[in-house]
Formats: sequence, C-alpha cells, structure tokens
Amino acid sequence: MTEIFGIPTQALFGQLLIGLINGSFYALLSLGLAVIFGLLNIINFAHGAQYMLGAFVAYLLLSKLGINYWWALLITPLVVGASGMVIERLMLSKLYKLDHLYGLLLTFGLALIIQGVFRNIYGSSGEPYQIPDALQGGQNLGFMFLPNYRAWIIVASLITCLSTWYVIERTKLGAYLRAATENPQLVQAFGVNVPRMITLTYGFGVGLAALAGVMAAPVYQVSPQMGADLIIVVFAVVVIGGMGSILGAITTGFALGLIEGLTKVFYPEASSTVIFIIMVIVLLVRPAGLFGTQK
Amino acid sequence: MTRDTLPSAAAQKRAAELRTHRIAFGLMALLLFFAPAVLYPVFMMKIMCFALFACAFNLLLGFGGLLSFGHAMFLGSAGYAAAHSAKVWSLTPELAILFGTLCACVLSVGAGLLAIRRQGIYFAMITLALAQMVFFFSLQAPFTGGEDGIQGVPRGMLFGLIDLKNPLAMYGVVLVIFLGGFALIYRIVHSPFGQVLKAIRENQDRAISLGYDIDRYKLLAFVLSGTIAGLAGATKAIVFQLASLTDVHWTMSGEVVLMTLLGGMGTVFGPVVGAALIITMQNYLAQLGAWVTVVQGVIFVVCVLAFRRGIIGELGHWLRKPL
Amino acid sequence: MRNRPARRMLVQLKGLQMKLKPNLLSTLVAAACGLAAASAQAQISDGVIKIGVMNDMSGLYADVSGPGAVVAAKMAVEDFGAAKKGMKVEIVAADHQNKPDVGSTVARTWYDVDKVDAIFDVPTSSVALAINQITRDKGKAFINSGAASSDLTGKACSPNTVHWTYDTWMLANGTGSAIVKTGGNTWFFLTADYAFGHALERDTTAAINKAGGKVIGSVRVPFPGTDFSSFLLQAQASKAKVIGLANAGGDTINSIKQAAEFGITKGGQSLAGMLMFLADVHSLGLNTAQGLIFTTTFYWDLNDQTRAFAKRMAAANNGKYPTMVQAGVYSSVLHYLKAVEAAKTDDGTKVVAKMKELPTDDPLFGKGSIRADGRALHPAYLVEVKKPSESKGPYDYLKIRATIPADQAFRPLADGGCPLVK
Repeated sequence: MTEIFGIPTQALFGQLLIGLINGSFYALLSLGLAVIFGLLNIINFAHGAQYMLGAFVAYLLLSKLGINYWWALLITPLVVGASGMVIERLMLSKLYKLDHLYGLLLTFGLALIIQGVFRNIYGSSGEPYQIPDALQGGQNLGFMFLPNYRAWIIVASLITCLSTWYVIERTKLGAYLRAATENPQLVQAFGVNVPRMITLTYGFGVGLAALAGVMAAPVYQVSPQMGADLIIVVFAVVVIGGMGSILGAITTGFALGLIEGLTKVFYPEASSTVIFIIMVIVLLVRPAGLFGTQK
Repeated sequence: MTRDTLPSAAAQKRAAELRTHRIAFGLMALLLFFAPAVLYPVFMMKIMCFALFACAFNLLLGFGGLLSFGHAMFLGSAGYAAAHSAKVWSLTPELAILFGTLCACVLSVGAGLLAIRRQGIYFAMITLALAQMVFFFSLQAPFTGGEDGIQGVPRGMLFGLIDLKNPLAMYGVVLVIFLGGFALIYRIVHSPFGQVLKAIRENQDRAISLGYDIDRYKLLAFVLSGTIAGLAGATKAIVFQLASLTDVHWTMSGEVVLMTLLGGMGTVFGPVVGAALIITMQNYLAQLGAWVTVVQGVIFVVCVLAFRRGIIGELGHWLRKPL
Repeated sequence: MRNRPARRMLVQLKGLQMKLKPNLLSTLVAAACGLAAASAQAQISDGVIKIGVMNDMSGLYADVSGPGAVVAAKMAVEDFGAAKKGMKVEIVAADHQNKPDVGSTVARTWYDVDKVDAIFDVPTSSVALAINQITRDKGKAFINSGAASSDLTGKACSPNTVHWTYDTWMLANGTGSAIVKTGGNTWFFLTADYAFGHALERDTTAAINKAGGKVIGSVRVPFPGTDFSSFLLQAQASKAKVIGLANAGGDTINSIKQAAEFGITKGGQSLAGMLMFLADVHSLGLNTAQGLIFTTTFYWDLNDQTRAFAKRMAAANNGKYPTMVQAGVYSSVLHYLKAVEAAKTDDGTKVVAKMKELPTDDPLFGKGSIRADGRALHPAYLVEVKKPSESKGPYDYLKIRATIPADQAFRPLADGGCPLVK
C-alpha cells in the first residue's frame, strides 16, 4: 500500500471523494448566492434559512402529505422560491435605491425570523428523513464504501450548477439578465420587464437554496439550526470565488470541499477555520476574488 | 476666537447643538446615578456595558459609514484577556480592564490593517471572517476554557482599596467607565477628525481629492471603535465574573448592529437607547425562549424598511435637533 | 476606646447594621416568623420554599430535560405532600439557552430579586459551573441533575452543590470498562474538539486502559459539526473494534446516522455513545440506533415503580417518556424537600449538609447516599438499544446488559481533588 504523507493512498482517495460530496453542497448554495448577488447586488443573508426551509418543506411533504423525495425535489424549490419572490416584491424592492448594506440587514432580520419561528415549532433536536429507497445502499469502490445517495448528490449538484451557468452565460435570457444588471433603464427601454426579471431571479436563487436543502434532508439532520452556521462558510466561498461570478462560485465550492477534506485528514482541528484563512489571503492578494471582476 | 472663517450662523447652530447634548447627557447621567434605587443594579450594569459597545460600534458605522460584521471579536477578546488577567495573574480590576482594552486595541490594529483595504460589503465580509477566526481560536485555546469560558473571575479590590463585590461599588465603577467612554466618543465625533470621517462617509472620492489620506482616517476610526468596544467587553467580564463564547460568536456582532439600527445610526444617544431596549426585551421575553430571536428579526425588518432613522433619529428629526 | 468588650460590641453592632440594610425586610420577616415559634416554618425565608428549575427549554437539550423537568419537579412536590405538611413550595422555571452568561444572569436575578432558595437541573456543564460559583457566593443550594462535568464534585466542588444523575467519570467508566470486558478491546475515538469532548475521551481512555484494552487512534472533530463522514472513514480504516463517540446531542445523532449510511456498523465495528439519552434513541429510530451501547442511571422499564412514574410523566408531558435527567430532577427535589423538613430551614448550606446526612430513597433511583463532595451515589446500568423486532411498545428501546452498583459506578472520593474532602 503506497502512502502519501503518512496516509495510505486508498484512505486519501476516500477522503477526497467525501470532500467532493461536501463541495457539492457548498457549490449549490454558493451558486444561489452568487446568482442573487451577481445579478441583483443583494447580499442574501436569509440563504441559510431558505436552505433550512427547503429541508423542512420536504420533511412536511413526506410526513403530512406522503409526497416522496422525488416529487419534493420538484415541488420544494417552487414553493420556497415563490416565497422568495413575495419577499422580493414586498420588501427588497424598496431598498434598491439605498446602500446595499440595508439589503443585507433586511435579509439578516428575515433569517432571524424564519429560524426563530421554526425553532419554536420544532425545537432543536431535528426531524428524521429517510434516504429514498431507490438510492439506499452503496457501492464498494475498493478504497471505500460509497453510499449511492452521496454519489447522487455529486451528480445532481454538477448538473444543476452547469445548467445554471449555461443558462446565465450562454443563452438569450441570461444575456438579458446580465444586461439588466449593468443598465436597468436601458434594458427596460427596450421593452424588457426588468422588475419582473429581478423578482424571478431572486426566486430562482432562493429555489436553488431550497433544492440544496431537500438534498441535504436525508443525510444531515433536518433542524432549524442547519443553515445558521453554514451560511457564513458559504459567504466565504462566494467572496473567494468573486461575488458576481457564477463559475467562480461553482469552482470554489468544489475546490473548498476538497481542501476541507484534506485538512480533515492532516489537521482536523483547523478544518472549520481554513476557509476563512483562505478568504483573508485571497482578498488581500486578489481583492475582487479569484474569478471576479472589480465592479 | 479661532473660528473667524466660519459664518456665525453655523457657530450659533453648533452652540445650540452642544447645549442640547449637554442637557441630554446630564439627564442620562442623573437617571443612571439614581437607577439602582429602583432597578436591579446588575441589570443596569449590563445595559451600560452594551450601550458603550453600541456607541463604539456607532462610531464606525454611523459616523464612519463602515459596517463591521465582526465587532464581537473586540468585545469577546477583551473579555477573555481581562478575565484571564484578573483570575490567573490576580491583577486588580482596573488593571485587568486596562489590559483587556489594550488587547482589543492590538487586535483592532491588526484587523483594521487587513480590512480597511476593502470597502462596503467586502469590508463587512472580511471583518466577519476575522471574527470567525477569533471565535474558533477562543473555542480551542486552552486558556479560554472553550465551552465553559473563564468562570469565577474575581471582582477584586479596585486600586487595592474598594471591594467590588459590593454591587453599589461595582455599579459606580461601571457608571464612571460608561460616562467616560461616552464622553470620549462624543469628543472624537465632534472634532476635526470626526468631521473628516463624516466627509469620507458622504463622498470618499471627494475627500481624497481634498488631500486627505483616507486609509489612515479609516484605520484610526476602526482602532478607536475596536478599543472602546474592548473596554466595554473587559468591564462586562469583571461585572459578570465570566468570559464566554457568546461574546465572540457572530450573532453578537449581529446584535450590536441591531442595537445601533434601532436606536439610530449616526445619532449620539441612539445606541444607548437601542442597547437599553434590546437588553430589556431579552430580559423580559426570556421566558418565551426562541421568540426573542423572532422579535429581534421583526425589529430588524421594520427598522430597515420603515424606520431607518431609528428611535432617537426620529425623535431628533421631529424636534429638529440632532440627537 | 479602651473598653474592649464595649468596642467589640460596637464593631458587632456596626457589622449587624451593614447586614441589616440590604436584607432588612427579610430579616424582619424572619424575626417576626421566629417570634411565632410554634410554626414549623420558623426559619424558611419569606415563608416560602422557592425552587427554580433552569434548563434548555428550546434548544438542543429541550427533550432531554426542558419542560419535562419542570413537570417532574411538580410531581415531586405533590408526592412529597408539601401542602399537607403546611409547607408552601413554589416552582419557577427559566431557559438558559445553553449559554453561561444567560444562565448566570437568571441565577443572580433569581437569588437577589426573586428570593429563589434552590436551583435544580441545569444541563450544559459551562452553565452549571457558573451557577455553582454564584450559588456558593450567595449561600443558596444548587442540585444539578443534567450536567456532565465531573469537576462539579471535583476541583469545583462546593458545600452548596449536589450533583445527581451522572457525570463524565461514571459514563467513561461504565461504558468504557464494561465494553472492554465484553470483548471490545480496541478503540478509536471521534472526539468533539472542546473541553467536554476532551474530558470524555481522557476519562474513557483511562478506564479502557485499566480494563486491559487499547485506544489505537483518535480524531478531533470541530464542534459543532454536521458532516462526520470523513472522520468515520478514518475510524473505519483503523479497524478498531469499537468506535467511541466522545460527543453529545446533535453531533452524536449525526455521527450515528452517517455511520449507518456508510455501512460502518454492518462492517462489524460497534459504536459506543459516550453520552446518550432516551430522547436521542427516540429521534434516531431503532432502525439506525440498534446495537448501540451506553450507560444510564435510569430507565423507565426497570421495575414497577419506574413504570408507574413513566406513565404519570407521559400523561403530563405530551406522551414523552422520562429521560434520566428528568427522573433525576424528581428524585433530587424530593430529597431536597425531605432535607428542608428535617433541618427546619431553607438556608442553602444547611440544607445541603442535611441532604448529605440523610440517605436517599426514592422510587426511581432506589437507595443511595450523597457523599461529602456532593456526589449522589446510585446504581448505573449498561444498556443496549433493541432491534426493531424486539421492541413491543412505545419507548421500549433498551435492554439492560449489566448493573454497576452505586459504590463502583462513580469516581472514588479521594481521586476527585475536591478541597472539601481532606
């Protein structure tokens, strides 16, 4: 058995694969944040709470209505995304003419409300959610046992991230969106309904968070606190990747998962802090982030 | 004598403002002085510590226009430093508080040098990241006691003479520190330095074109804000005889934003009122458990949407005097 | 003044004057009550025995103690028959949110303003240690039923504190040595990287080594965590027979779920939860939790008395069966009231001294005693989680593997480093 730095290669591959799985979650979540910030210039602090909402809606769909995981994957992002659109229409749109920081504070307050309400109803212990039958069990890859569900996470996340990137960067709709961010008045003068596009975009970003929540429900505890500490890490990912860059968010998300996975092997105590250290370094060396452009 | 270049109308306005502020300060001092006869002293001391924290934060946000999302790192690290020095090195309380404040000062210089290079949301994110690093350090470092925090911190004998276990003696000390810190912040804001800071907040490019080295001003504001926040944290650690992780957690950074926003950003007395209200609410709604978070969230949302001037800001607007 | 006796009296009078000022009202009330000498409440402050139950009402440990503990306390007061004996007992409750600063503020307000005489429960060691100190400073009573830190009867021991139910030493020894004796002699630890996790790992390692086993590896996991897959994989690679989970609450539940997901238990390694409660098993479900081994000092299905108590609790607590922490609150309140009755006072230091004098005897923990360092002694049980097929009714989750008698379950008196024990 060969060893790299004292860790057998087999074990190392196992850890890297797990890192990739975690990276999928980071990528999905930071994708939503990057879409919202890149196109709307809003810092969505409620992203973690919306991720939690996604998991809870999936749980409720299953326990109260008997709707299974696969339908939940479809319905939940629509439901939570719709709630996001309501928030945008009623509250966020009033703040566009002000300093960006007010948007941050508003979404921070919303996050507190959502999390507090759910904590009151459900307590903190967490609700059970089973892995769907079709994805139970796993494959023995030789160097580790890979649960099928975890493999599904990587695949689903990659598909979602790449298709979102494609839509935004390579299609006409995406072009309208990007133009609307640069110069809303001009685009509106061309007859495009800019406010409606903005609302839909925010809803889409929120829907992405909810999707991540549904995918997390079977493996992480469905609890009101699940998004609270995660959101800070996701912010760091987005900042490192470059706040407006979709590709940056996706790449950094996966890369971070891998780096964190390696840290867990060699120096586990630091695995929570490594992301912040990287963020500070990146911001000093490349202030706009790795893939970002100075706005 | 030296204000020949200012038109007299502005000087008169400034003098009137000063009068209002002096009266308000006197009222506040009197209220606080007699409060322990009616209200529980420990509760009032908590309010004063957080009011000082909020005032220090407001110096940076309200007057400097810089939103730091990591101010808890100053509150908490000063608390740990003061607690450790009082408990393990047996320093007298005034030295412990001084030591805590000094540590916060050093930390703010380091953090400021890193954060000042960026603005707006990036600045907020860097401060958040730095605060998280301080949090994880506090979680793991052996001397901070991790989850337990530093407990059983002795109140000690002030100057070796006055026993601070007596709640009234402790109250007197906290009152002096609060009023002193408040007056210091007031002096900083209403000084040429403060004017330049306001100018930078309004229009940074113009300030640069006028020849001001804005990075130095911003750094100085950051360090002052962090140091006084540290003073509040060190005092709090001695009062409650405890330094814990709550004080370095990012939710504490969020709370001080809430206090300042509710009271009124950029007002002199706003943060004090905001802190008093939030602490009182937390106290009386404590039985309701998690509803406190919901109420705080609602206050955030309402303030941002409809009430941006905050309580004192609205009051000042209504009275047409800046408060 | 040359007249020494007169000077002494003057100093004493001055001292009395200093003490009278803040407590004037209560001193007068006490004096008035004292004059009515016939009443058995002669020295109960304010005529009321006020009990405060402080714990986590809405967070991680809400199901472990939470509102259920308040229910248990009320049941204890009823069963004691306070009303018939002419003793007025009031119960207040508060949520400390697992934060030491919130807990210490509530404790101070309770003691200074609300005239609470004794505080019960308090899970979360950091809060418990803070309240331990405050209670000592103010001469009240603190009977802890929920916290894990064995320091409460060790270097932080106090004449005003009693530690009920469990502590890290008992858990480490119970689970550690018992598992080694049944063949699990190689261990790998997943340790939550904070003081509690470290202490648990340290105590369990000592117990394992003493019983002839070996710890072949460990990994420190950042606290709190959500994803343990990476660390579980390291545990799997170590080929240790037992994976010790030196963590609690959500971390334990997540690690167990993920261990099942990654086929670790199917691969032959067993999981040892160092700190687990009935509520955790309930939230995991028997499918995931089956085969888990841990130590507890109370299980509702032990005997008829515990079963009767469980039925009463379930009826008053939304159908939830009692955990060992809630049972501990019941027993400790009961014993406290007995001690108050016997000592004819609710002065904290005196009542705790009386609690150590009287042997404990209640339907839940059986016969036991309280040592000089404040440690309550009662038997402990090594339990295993049943398979789903073995469970016949609601909350029928555990089977008893071994019983550890009271005098062996807890750390020997001399080893704690408690300054009260000379």
